[in-house]
Amino acid sequence: MTLTDTSPVSDNSKDTNLVPELLGPWSLIWRKFKRHRLAYFSLWFVGFIYLMALFGEFLTTQDINETNRRAPFAPPMSVQLFTNDESGTSQFLLHARGLKLELNEEERRRTFVEDPDKIIPLGFFVEGYDYKLLGLIPLNTHLFGAKNPRDRVYFFGADRLGRDIYSRIVMGTRVSMSIGLVGVALSMVIGISLGGISGYYGGWIDNIIQRLIEFIRSIPTIPLWMGLAAAIPLGWPPLRTYFVVTVIVSMIGWTSLAREVRGKFLSLRKEDFVTAARLDGLTDWEVIRRHMVPSFSSHIIASLTLAVPLMILAETSLSFLGIGLQPPTVSWGTLLKEAQNIRTIIQAPWLLIAPGTMIVMAVLALNFLGDGLRDAADPNAH
Amino acid sequence: MMPLTPMPTEPLVEMRGLKTHFHTDDGVVKAVEGVDLDIYPNRTLCVLGESGCGKSIMARSIMRIVDAPGRIVEGSIQYRSAEGSIVDLAKVRHGSRQLRQIRGQDIAMIFQEPMSSLGPIQKIGQQIAETISLHRDVSRKEAKEIAIEMLDKVGIPRPRERFESYPFELSGGMRQRAMIAMALSCQPRLLIADEPTTALDVTTQAQILDLIAELKEEFEMGVMLITHDLGVVAQVAEDVAVMYMGKVVEKGDVYSIFERPQHPYTRALLESVPKIGGEKRDRLPAIRGMVPHPLARPTGCTFRTRCDHFMPGICDVNEPAMVDIGDSQAACFLHLEKTHD
Amino acid sequence: MFAFLLRRIFYMIPTVILVSIVTFLIIQLPPGDYLDTLAAELSDQGGLDSGTMEALREQYGLGQPFFVQYWKWITGIVMQGDFGLSFEKNLPVGDLIWDRLGWTFAISLMTLLFIWAIALPIGIYSAVRKYSFGDYAATFFGFIGLAVPNFLLALVMMYVAFKYFGQSVGGLVSPEYLDAPWTWEKYVDLFKHIWMPIVVVGTSGAAALIRIMRANLLDELYRPYVVTARAKGMSEFQLLMRYPVRVALNPFLSTIGWILPTLVSGEIIVAVVMNLPTTGPMLLRALLVQDMYLAGSLILIVSLLTVLGTLISDLLLAWIDPRIRYQ
Ligand SMILES: Nc1ncnc2c1ncn2[C@@H]1O[C@H](COP(=O)(O)OP(=O)(O)OP(=O)(O)O)[C@@H](O)[C@H]1O
Ligand SMILES: [Mg+2]
Repeated sequence: MTLTDTSPVSDNSKDTNLVPELLGPWSLIWRKFKRHRLAYFSLWFVGFIYLMALFGEFLTTQDINETNRRAPFAPPMSVQLFTNDESGTSQFLLHARGLKLELNEEERRRTFVEDPDKIIPLGFFVEGYDYKLLGLIPLNTHLFGAKNPRDRVYFFGADRLGRDIYSRIVMGTRVSMSIGLVGVALSMVIGISLGGISGYYGGWIDNIIQRLIEFIRSIPTIPLWMGLAAAIPLGWPPLRTYFVVTVIVSMIGWTSLAREVRGKFLSLRKEDFVTAARLDGLTDWEVIRRHMVPSFSSHIIASLTLAVPLMILAETSLSFLGIGLQPPTVSWGTLLKEAQNIRTIIQAPWLLIAPGTMIVMAVLALNFLGDGLRDAADPNAH
Repeated sequence: MMPLTPMPTEPLVEMRGLKTHFHTDDGVVKAVEGVDLDIYPNRTLCVLGESGCGKSIMARSIMRIVDAPGRIVEGSIQYRSAEGSIVDLAKVRHGSRQLRQIRGQDIAMIFQEPMSSLGPIQKIGQQIAETISLHRDVSRKEAKEIAIEMLDKVGIPRPRERFESYPFELSGGMRQRAMIAMALSCQPRLLIADEPTTALDVTTQAQILDLIAELKEEFEMGVMLITHDLGVVAQVAEDVAVMYMGKVVEKGDVYSIFERPQHPYTRALLESVPKIGGEKRDRLPAIRGMVPHPLARPTGCTFRTRCDHFMPGICDVNEPAMVDIGDSQAACFLHLEKTHD
Repeated sequence: MFAFLLRRIFYMIPTVILVSIVTFLIIQLPPGDYLDTLAAELSDQGGLDSGTMEALREQYGLGQPFFVQYWKWITGIVMQGDFGLSFEKNLPVGDLIWDRLGWTFAISLMTLLFIWAIALPIGIYSAVRKYSFGDYAATFFGFIGLAVPNFLLALVMMYVAFKYFGQSVGGLVSPEYLDAPWTWEKYVDLFKHIWMPIVVVGTSGAAALIRIMRANLLDELYRPYVVTARAKGMSEFQLLMRYPVRVALNPFLSTIGWILPTLVSGEIIVAVVMNLPTTGPMLLRALLVQDMYLAGSLILIVSLLTVLGTLISDLLLAWIDPRIRYQ
């Protein structure tokens, strides 16, 4: 018998490579991710929300700062497809039912009721207030709304000053969702650098950074945030407040990321391919950038996705308490601030329901997305 | 080699056509694909074969502890109980009392990794005593005494103190001894040892194997020992079974297998170990090629892709059946041809 | 064990110092110093004479470098238990805060027990019956629990309670019991109120813990030692409880380390919404009117008590897990 590995491969070994075709790491992750249906759907939903943030004005029906003295706490209008004229024949017309104030005898106050005579025709690509699309292109076309620019429609009702909740939620998306992104970007920079340093060098640097992380995690965040946020002067321009709030919110988020990165670095440091790269004479930085980061970037993306909703919730909480973003900045948090006491909520539940639903849906979708990404990135998960 | 003990007539366990498959996302992994094998009382059966050929899964099938998604899909495992009644282990209901009583009491198993096979935060003594109280009608105190006695028997020094130890306080060898003590604490009729010495150093290996052999004599139990180490086989085996890709390709008593291996795979396995006094060679021959991917089983004889006696039109068409050749049996067309001649 | 205790306490010291420095930074953040505010406040009432001003200036080390001021502040607290004055109420901070802190921690601890009582069985069930209907339901609840901010949940529950049960919520006891002595009826009344903040604060924590317990247990369920236990002939339930659950319990209990801070955080924000007599509303108000010594003291003590709680949980953990103890 000749059993050395130099022996020529005989015919019968041809079909040994019936091994299933191998995919690259990213396509493998993508394939696994797509199997996670909820996460896949969430990806589309999150994409949709960010588009909404980007093209906010186009989607609104009213200027968000325009008050209406005749519609304080106006309830959501119903949207209908058919009108009934006097003869009783129904006709197709997309419209909203107008509202009128009526004195309620029992409660001795004026409440809104549907006005059967007031029909507000709705349409797509209608004319409305002027704005700049993406801050560049002047336009006054809106995706949909009342055909007559003088009519006011309230899909989700109106607030105390008669401002349109629907439009305000759409515009609040920009602030709330971008705080998530900017905050995560900040966390990422801090988390990856500190975590990377910690894990790559080890020793006393690692010790200090670990203590710092432990410290931040061991104290309750809300009172700390409150303390910091409350120090923001009320007179500051909105943009500056926005930025400082983002920084405050991201100060906490980086710790978990740093831990994760450190863990990865620690385990990778001992891997052969890293040692080999070092022996090849690459500098530390090159080793990190070319060899280590690519091998765990999928995990980082997943953790980042999971950090976004935390930031959104943090901003919302602070603004709700009145120490984060301040009006006239519109975010989901400042919108909810309008629904702070129970009496208001009972009078106008839509103030709570509409922005609340939006927050929950956005956070849910981001969580599903992050979870799906993490599962897909984990080679051991089954 | 051990003196030949006379072959008892009644096997403890008879496996017939046993198939255990894993239904994974990528396809069905046929880990065990039609095994016929008998295990006799008071004899040691060694199971040989390359990594991944299904030895552990076969052993676990007997205990019915194959993890999901693995499942016995066909075949029978007839177990002859002490009273003489026969139970088909492949058919008993999962979690039934009958199965639980056989496990631990009639059939015990020790595993490859003494590190992770013991509960990490439970005292080892407690883990042994627990087994005893599970199967024997004894008080807690008596169970503890028996456990200490067992620890002593497997050669753990100061057993009374060790009873209180946690697994992480023991060395690998001591842990494996504790595992053996646990497995033997109810004096099982069959002991399955799945590579019990792989994780240990050479001296400890020898001690553990001696211990198993000794206790086998003492309790007259059947032993099924899974190993990669041909030295171990030569030392302790009475019967040998060689597996390849989920099948037993050759079985017989240890003399026949070592002296007259019939299957090309067995021959290749035996060639791949150094022999003292053998001819001098530059390098040891390895078995040519690689084990095929489990999802891509070759048609016909599974070994044909690596076989030097591959016969096109025969080996890749039908599966060879087991044929008697002297004292052993092998599944290879070479011998089928001979018997037909 | 004793060495372990000492080491853990030793590790705590830098944290404590850091907490106090950060707190003092927060106190110092608003423009102007404490005395300016005090003087402005009191000037309507006739002002302070310059002698008192000087004495106070000396006492707080105002106008001196940060660390001198910090030193005076912290030694005042440590040596004399003097947390400074609340200028809004014109009372020593020490007189105002303890009741409220007590309630905050009482509610946080009760919430902790509540979420364990919920998360443990559900987490175990979810892991053992992976991908069953119940598991999906628990997962769904978990995601919702994590996605709904505490204050939103509080608002929704208050709205539902008011709208559908006609119950007015807010506070911990009904108004008629506010100053009543602690009788049986008052306890019953307290219980009728307190479950709502507990549920609200606990939801997200419970959701997180269910997922943690599930993941921990899934990590353990397929370990070799579980197979060993099965091979011994133990029944599934028995072996589940004695081995994998027992092992998975440790990381689960160690979550106190971060769950306690989040509960305290949650309690504070929920208390603002539900108007509970706890730290939350007082802290918010103090921050809004820049009553900084009051706010700072609240932040300091809440943080320190949380750190202490974490320490206790670590010790408990070492007590039940031999591997940690022997390190
Ligand atoms: N959980 C599982 N899922 C899918 N396939 C599995 C699983 N467990 C084992 N297998 C497959 O079953 C086959 C047999 O595995 P088994 O553990 O019995 O090999 P073995 O002969 O004991 O190898 P070794 O000598 O390395 O222990 C392997 O091909 C393996 O890929
Ligand atoms: Mg094996």
